[in-house]
Amino acid sequence: MERVENRGVVVIGGGPAGLAAALGAKRAGAEDVLVVEREKRLGGILNQCIHDGFGLFLYNESVTGPEYAERLAEDAAREGVQFETGAMVLDLGPDRVLRVNARSGYRLIKASSVVLAMGCRERTREMIEIPGTRPAGIFTAGSAQNLVNLQNIRIGNEAVILGSGDIGLIMARRLTFEGIAVKGVFELMPWPNGLERNVRQCLMDFGIPLELSATVIEVRGRDRVESVVVAGVDEALQPVPGSEREVRCDTLLLSVGLIPENELSKRAGVEMSPLTGGAVVDETLMTSVPGIFSCGNVLQIHDVADFASHEGLEAGAAAARFARGEFAAGGKVRVTPGSNVRYALPQSLRAGTANAALNFRVTEPLRACRVSVRGRSSGRMYFRKKYGRLLPSELQKITVRPSVDEDIEVECHE
Amino acid sequence: MDQPQDRLVYDVIVIGGGVIGCAVLRELSRYRLNVLLLEREADLAEGISKANSGVIHGGFNVPPGSLKAKTNVAGLRKIYGLASELHVPHRKTGKLVIALTDDERPRLAELKEQGERSGTPGLEIVGESEIRKIEPLARGRWALYSPHTGIISPYELTIALAECARRNGARVLLEAPVGSIVCRSGLFHLGTPRGTFTAPWIVNSAGLFADEVARMAGVEDYRIFPYRGEYIITDKDPGFRLGMPLYPVPPRDDPGLGIHITPTMEGHVILGPSAEPVADKTDTATTRSVMDRLKDEAGRLMPELRGAPFIHSYSGLRPKLVDPRGRKKFRDFVIEESAVQPGWINLMGIESPGLTSAPAIAEIVAGMIGQGTDLEPKPDFDPGLPANPRFAALGDGERAARVAAGADWGEMVCRCEHVTRAEVAAAVRNPFGARTMDAVKRRARCGMGRCQGGFCTPRVVEILQEEGVPLDRITKRGGGSRLFYGRVKG
Repeated sequence: MERVENRGVVVIGGGPAGLAAALGAKRAGAEDVLVVEREKRLGGILNQCIHDGFGLFLYNESVTGPEYAERLAEDAAREGVQFETGAMVLDLGPDRVLRVNARSGYRLIKASSVVLAMGCRERTREMIEIPGTRPAGIFTAGSAQNLVNLQNIRIGNEAVILGSGDIGLIMARRLTFEGIAVKGVFELMPWPNGLERNVRQCLMDFGIPLELSATVIEVRGRDRVESVVVAGVDEALQPVPGSEREVRCDTLLLSVGLIPENELSKRAGVEMSPLTGGAVVDETLMTSVPGIFSCGNVLQIHDVADFASHEGLEAGAAAARFARGEFAAGGKVRVTPGSNVRYALPQSLRAGTANAALNFRVTEPLRACRVSVRGRSSGRMYFRKKYGRLLPSELQKITVRPSVDEDIEVECHE
Repeated sequence: MDQPQDRLVYDVIVIGGGVIGCAVLRELSRYRLNVLLLEREADLAEGISKANSGVIHGGFNVPPGSLKAKTNVAGLRKIYGLASELHVPHRKTGKLVIALTDDERPRLAELKEQGERSGTPGLEIVGESEIRKIEPLARGRWALYSPHTGIISPYELTIALAECARRNGARVLLEAPVGSIVCRSGLFHLGTPRGTFTAPWIVNSAGLFADEVARMAGVEDYRIFPYRGEYIITDKDPGFRLGMPLYPVPPRDDPGLGIHITPTMEGHVILGPSAEPVADKTDTATTRSVMDRLKDEAGRLMPELRGAPFIHSYSGLRPKLVDPRGRKKFRDFVIEESAVQPGWINLMGIESPGLTSAPAIAEIVAGMIGQGTDLEPKPDFDPGLPANPRFAALGDGERAARVAAGADWGEMVCRCEHVTRAEVAAAVRNPFGARTMDAVKRRARCGMGRCQGGFCTPRVVEILQEEGVPLDRITKRGGGSRLFYGRVKG
């Protein structure tokens, strides 16, 4: 087991971010680019997203998830990216040594640079702690999507969906198509968690009720789900006594949030952000561990696959430069979220960075508001823009033109 | 799957495939006996044995002289060796019973004296600074330290005991609830959906249902009262590493030992259990109020738990002989041959410390049968099981060798617990024919991680079908717990 295979840029994960990262690395001149994908096919979660709406930003047209994945994979293959599917990275060290398991063998790879693109997982019933019985018939929306779309399995007859994340909304429509009655979508917050277009196209167009400020407080049924108890919640998100009602169903789908899947990042000693659940990165998308980059849903939850890919292109290009030794160390300034901003990313910039691209999300829906980026010591205004409306479900992107030499804060005021 | 051989007369039939029944089965498989275990559920350990704290007890919590104390201390002497022979992961961790105030110190002394009278080894009362030395995460004024207490997975032990028994010739039938019992000329005829089975000796280890089973045989009027215990469990990497179980001083009015904090072999931390009488012997629901209480009370012993990542909650049931409306607080284990039905052995009310007591109870039962039947040891009895380490626990060299020997070791099914296809397939092919999602989960650990099966459920469903389980027969835990309703239009 002493033999370690030396590779150039190794991308962990072959979904929308990882494939784009490989492409970005190749285009930036990396000679050896390898994508390690744990599933048997490239594409990641795109493969089970058989609806359209992908590619609007990257390819200027709307295609299905599998088509989008195929296109990205073909682009990458044409550029000379190598792929290994059915191969899972089990461990990653700060020295960029990967332990990879595949049917073809178990081996160690030492990478010149690594791009983390492992995506995310879904929050479970347990994480939101729904009391009650433990019957069959409770699925996360993404698992249900896999079972229905990839295995043609009928997962139930009458469903309730808790949470209005995009996958939940898409699945509400999908189940309806398959003759599975969706009795309602219940969202804890006073606003939908998914994109507006999905609320419209997946619920309203099919007459599926969406109840905001409501949640499931109990699961009933011994062997299979027989019903759920739903209740309204108050401003503190606590169930309102007396508002409980039982909804009969044999299936409960959960679309209650996504969590960046950073177990490998943590193994490598990458510093994590409690605000995003992803790595802390600089403007090149490099993490706190030199030579390890992060992009896509493992870095921050995206609402559009194209944006995850865009981030991948950037991370891949930076990883290629690092692999060539073209990275200069330099002083860093910090980027922090201010009022009404949940997080801003990257969390740091090399001092003197101009045209910095910043991502941020607001904490709650805001109308007629102004986003500003302010110097923490000088008070200088680096960026300012008015918005008619900002929603927490939409990841915002801005470019800060002037070069930044001090810690900055992103804030938003109505 | 084992096929029933209806007309065969067994020497002994064990009713109930929990840790007690399986320990008895293994003990009996030492001898030239024809033994059979009947389990009503679709897998072993589906009752009390699947949801308890998994603590190997020292024996100081129960009154000296009781069967609970005797079997606990005797079981403690056997269980570590047994677990090693069977290759069931376990660890002698030690345990602290923590007094948060000086007022509680006399209770620690009582427990220590009680344990010493029963023969619990090594008990010691320690102060604040020693507590931190023994377990840096623990805080308290005083603590009773029990160095021989440990942890083990109760369901893994149960399954391993049954596998060992099976390798030594015992038979196990699942989904075989005993629905009728006829006693005729010294033989018991047990009617099940899988056939009628006959034996002169019956061991009733039916757990929560032992009273109902006994009643079918016209045996003494016992009544089992189910007491529910709710648990919550953290991620296996909760941000701290707890070395040993931490217990409060047992509350006097609590039918259990109080809310305690127990590490698992994989690094999870379990909080619980509550103790509440329920009306239904299958009521394993969890409640909001108890979940909150568990965190609150456990947080007093270990503040780090307050922000811990919890990945699962569940309930277990205790088979108590104590009527919740009565005044009596303690009832001992029942381990006895019936006075009215010779050959009928009742094992009743085997609640905590039953897991630790199991090997000792099994020997007592073999002794009872030995008084009426000649027990001839088998010269080729194999007390253990071959080592079967998880892929996740192997080093690089061993991993590479496994994958080189079989490509299924190179295919990861569960990304959280790093379970390979080879391990899932082996779990599906278990010798008892347990084919449920939970059976696979208990054996291979897929679905036990932080995604709680979100990713591997679709993969396990595929593998189950490839291994010959039709889609519509896939259940969570047998019975009506079906997962699917055929195909969509496609």
